[in-house]
Amino acid sequence: METEKHIVDDKKNILIWVDLLILTFVTVEIAQFDFKTLTILIALGVATFKTILVGYFFMHLKFENRFFKTMVFLCLFVLIAVLAILFIDYSYR
Amino acid sequence: MEATVHATGHVAHRDDEGKRMGMWLFLFTEVLLFGGLFIVYAAYRFINPEDFHTGSQHLDWVIGAINTVILLTSSLTVALSISAIQSGNTKKAKILLYLTLAFALAFLVNKYFEWGGKIHHGLFPGMEEFKHLTHGESLFFVLYFFMTGLHGLHIIAGGIFIGFILYYINKGEVTSESYTLHENAGLYWHLVDVIWIYLFPLFYLII
Repeated sequence: METEKHIVDDKKNILIWVDLLILTFVTVEIAQFDFKTLTILIALGVATFKTILVGYFFMHLKFENRFFKTMVFLCLFVLIAVLAILFIDYSYR
Repeated sequence: MEATVHATGHVAHRDDEGKRMGMWLFLFTEVLLFGGLFIVYAAYRFINPEDFHTGSQHLDWVIGAINTVILLTSSLTVALSISAIQSGNTKKAKILLYLTLAFALAFLVNKYFEWGGKIHHGLFPGMEEFKHLTHGESLFFVLYFFMTGLHGLHIIAGGIFIGFILYYINKGEVTSESYTLHENAGLYWHLVDVIWIYLFPLFYLII
């Protein structure tokens, strides 16, 4: 199907880029504090938020139909589920 | 599927959505490839938290941060180039793609010096200094070289993909009306960026 043309405004793209840079700065700053496991979880949380920004805006998931979004969600869900199971497993050994 | 009947009676089929879906399916396999490595990383780190901490202190987080900024900026230039080709500004699209290639090269040059420093200190698996590391530290460096190395290969592959897009723009096959290939190159490049978004805190900023 020739999908509708969605042209993202340059300003919007630049704004996402600025957000990503700020989040990178946050990642570096948070790493200075030693909250043990919490620090790792915050770092991964920020990284995941950055991934969502890249996926939704730069990779145009925003414009794709529900089928695309579901596929991406399922793929990431499997990965996160496996990591979560591993996390629970090792935490209670 | 949309069929366009040309004056000659020739029927051309185009399935842009299908092409993008194919790319996304390929990206899922990439996610699972790197995902598997992240799982290995997580398991070994659980077992050797102190060793992973000392291992990461051998890495310079400033170089990692610079490379993060380089890759994020290259993602921006790719996204801008897609908007440019859609609006028919071929020249701008090409300049932005050349910029992306320059950023890719800068990333690899940084990586070259970083790896070079580690290899100089004998930290590459099998080298003299590496043999004196504790078990956990050696696991850290094996994973570091393997994962950043595999990521580096993806940067090279992404660069080649973008090179092809430049070639097709010049040939007039990627245009403001037919740009799905360009979008797919962008998708691949963004994925490589996303993988680095995780590699950076996990290797350079371990607490």
